[in-house]
Amino acid sequence: MKCRTCRGPAIIDLPRHNANFCAEHFLQMCRRQVEKAIHDHQMLNKSDRILVAVSGGKDSLAVWDMLIDLGYQADGLYVALGIGEYSEESRGYTERFADERGLKLTVVSLRDDYGYDIPTASRATGRVPCSACGMSKRHLFDKAAIDGGYDVVVTGHNLDDEAAVLFGNALRWEVEYLARQLPVLPSRHGFPKKVKPLIRLSEREMAAWCVVRGIDYIVDECPIAAGNKHIGFKEALNALEEKSPGTKASYYLGFLDRMAPVLAGIGASGADSVTACTRCGAPTGGEEGSVCAFCRLVERSAAHEPVSVELILKKSRSQKRAQSEVAQS
Amino acid sequence: MKVILRNPRREIEIEGRRRVHGLLAELGLPRESHLVIRNGTLVPGDEELDKDDVIEIRPVISGGM
Repeated sequence: MKCRTCRGPAIIDLPRHNANFCAEHFLQMCRRQVEKAIHDHQMLNKSDRILVAVSGGKDSLAVWDMLIDLGYQADGLYVALGIGEYSEESRGYTERFADERGLKLTVVSLRDDYGYDIPTASRATGRVPCSACGMSKRHLFDKAAIDGGYDVVVTGHNLDDEAAVLFGNALRWEVEYLARQLPVLPSRHGFPKKVKPLIRLSEREMAAWCVVRGIDYIVDECPIAAGNKHIGFKEALNALEEKSPGTKASYYLGFLDRMAPVLAGIGASGADSVTACTRCGAPTGGEEGSVCAFCRLVERSAAHEPVSVELILKKSRSQKRAQSEVAQS
Repeated sequence: MKVILRNPRREIEIEGRRRVHGLLAELGLPRESHLVIRNGTLVPGDEELDKDDVIEIRPVISGGM
């Protein structure tokens, strides 16, 4: 296989572009896709103070690397979730990445700073672990950005992530969620601006970026997320992509281009009913005088005896077994 | 060749030579959700893998949001 640009030996084939690339021109293609996303959606300015939400996985480390590579000023924030060895390893990858490049990284620990971890929060609140995790991270990224005076929070959501969320929302016709599924959430009501510069790059391309750039990241999947619905949506879309390359990009980027404008009025409605949490001061959708969902989660989780990851996994496996038995009966 | 698989990490032996696409198909692994790496370098789909190669097949799907 030859590189489309220089005709040298290729290192990767990208069926959706009907092209192969050498290392140099693969990186060039990725940079151009990120620059196009940033430009088309007015995500970032070179003078912005940027906070990157990093997990130790390929996408967040890749987006941090790319932004620095493109001349942006970006610090990192890692949230230690307390998911056993997985969290310890992912923190190690993140800290090594930052140390080797002389980048500023802030670490917030759920257990040390708030008295709980994700397995315990899941058990204490009855939320599925991924829900407790997402809610905790969103709150802490928002808080760190506002407290630290950052202009914008960057997340490593890629094309596959966005296409899978779109697919899930479309399957259930969650019209309000569809209307809000945009690559830029503007700053408003005490929430920081949030952007997703990787929306034009696939998960495979982000992993390849890390390999080519020599970035070590945690390859193993979060043990709690393994087999969740979101991964099922990705697998379904990848099955379509294999038969018809370009499907994911045309689905999600076509949504942004042609469907999101149609839904814009729906996304704007109800956006103004925000008050300040009486406990932490963070913006919340509740009535005047209410406590935000994060503070309620902390209160219940910190009072609960610590729960191990293994216990949550055991419960998850037994639930799946029971569902399977019901389906077969 | 020795093939290293992930999630969970394990190793298998494959007899003889294979092209990258052929190896993935034989193992039932979709091309869109995997990378093939030899000596720290990506290997494209039509490349032939030697019987003495050590290959990592790395999944790229992640589930966290």
